[in-house]
Amino acid sequence: MSEALVLDGVRKSFGHVEVLRGIDLRVAEHEVVCLIGASGSGKSTLLRCVNLLEPIDAGRIVVEGQEITTAGVDVNRVRRHIGIVFQAYNLFPHMSVLRNVTLAPRLALGVSQTEASAQAMALLDRFGLADKWDDYPESLSGGQQQRVAIVRALAMKPDLMLLDEVTSALDPELIGEVLEVIRELAAGGMTMLIVTHEMSFARDIADRICFLDAGAILEQGPPGQILSEPKEPRTQQFLQRIIEAGRL
Amino acid sequence: MSGGDGRRGAVVAIASTVVFFTLLLVAITHAPGWPEVRRTFFDWGQFKDSLPEISRAFLLNVKIFCIAEVFILVFALLLAVMRSLPGPAALPLRLLGIGYADFFRGVPTILVIAMLGFGAPALRLKHVPLSTTFWGIVALVLVYTAYVSEVYRAGIESVHPSQAAAARSLGLTHWQSLRTVVLPQAVRRVIPPLLNDFIGLQKDTALVGFLGSVEAFKQSQIDAAATFNYTSYVAAALLFVALTIPLARFTDWLVLRDRRRRQAAPR
Repeated sequence: MSEALVLDGVRKSFGHVEVLRGIDLRVAEHEVVCLIGASGSGKSTLLRCVNLLEPIDAGRIVVEGQEITTAGVDVNRVRRHIGIVFQAYNLFPHMSVLRNVTLAPRLALGVSQTEASAQAMALLDRFGLADKWDDYPESLSGGQQQRVAIVRALAMKPDLMLLDEVTSALDPELIGEVLEVIRELAAGGMTMLIVTHEMSFARDIADRICFLDAGAILEQGPPGQILSEPKEPRTQQFLQRIIEAGRL
Repeated sequence: MSGGDGRRGAVVAIASTVVFFTLLLVAITHAPGWPEVRRTFFDWGQFKDSLPEISRAFLLNVKIFCIAEVFILVFALLLAVMRSLPGPAALPLRLLGIGYADFFRGVPTILVIAMLGFGAPALRLKHVPLSTTFWGIVALVLVYTAYVSEVYRAGIESVHPSQAAAARSLGLTHWQSLRTVVLPQAVRRVIPPLLNDFIGLQKDTALVGFLGSVEAFKQSQIDAAATFNYTSYVAAALLFVALTIPLARFTDWLVLRDRRRRQAAPR
């Protein structure tokens, strides 16, 4: 199996705070990897580094065999192959759903308006959003907005999807519809790196779970092993807190 | 509150307003010296005589305003974008932008107008217009570009960085993200303060009269000098107010609508 994403000794500091302290991670094609860990453990920063939204201080990141962290790499070209979906959706509020989805294919890929619209409508239809194409984001529910954000990322036909706590801002009854979309992507073979607090979802969807602690991957393995028989005391503590909060 | 209370409140409001302004009017018109004031500033005959000419001259104010405004809107946006450029290589452009805004917000407008209006034609350069109105407009554009660029900049900074991050994460360049995502949202947010600066500009068109261009203020000055009566100034003042009040109310309405819309937004 070839590797879609490789991180080698990735380090990142904000000021004096070292948020990532040597991350080594390999994600195979079509693999779904979930990152879990307490807030502040560096999960979101890790995703932002892979998408080059944050420059790394040391180490290297390789996507589809191409190192993206060397000098002279066209960041815009790299990002076109990596979709990212944020916790707060970050849809463009001044654009209709259709324009949100077609903007990047038109500007970054040079796809014609008609072709971009046709592709966008097909994607919106696939995720049950076809009737919302002319609506503005603020008139949609949180779950619908997040699904549009996923469609917007998919419209770029990415090789890799990064999902950053995409259900954390949603009301509980809206979480299911978004997780359903992600399940469908996984079933379709999309390579994904997912930061999540939904442990039962992670158990369900992940091929592998990585537990991040203080900027390093402390423990990783199949969901059954990490969630049921964690070896590290820190992982056990974290999961204990999750269980006490009724989230597992 | 019941409907009866509301109606009683309205009656009280009307009554107190009528009584208050009647008393004020009586007080003013019975004050010592009122006849002189009235003769000097509120002479109906003078008003009727001077109004047509001042109105015609006021068209020049409107023209100066319209021409200047177009250039200000464009130049100020360029200046604001220049100041928001990222990266170390753009430092000289950022410094230039900061220096420009600091200078032209610091210098009195009348001084810039005098400097250009009297100074530039005195250079006697080829292809340089001699018209005082032209140089008056240039001066207003220079000064107001500095103010309006600050308004734009506040707008750009008010758009949450996550919007630009979302645009960039989709593979858009800095310029594409600025043009399609950041600026449209920024401009929409600063329309009320922009209109506020328009009101200031409308008034400041009168400063061009200082150079000798016969706009409403200059015309009223000419009339006053000829008749030793200052009613013509009042006529000019009324013309300015007639133009700025609708714009001011419109601005208030926009601000209110914007606030209501944001408060009504779900979440």
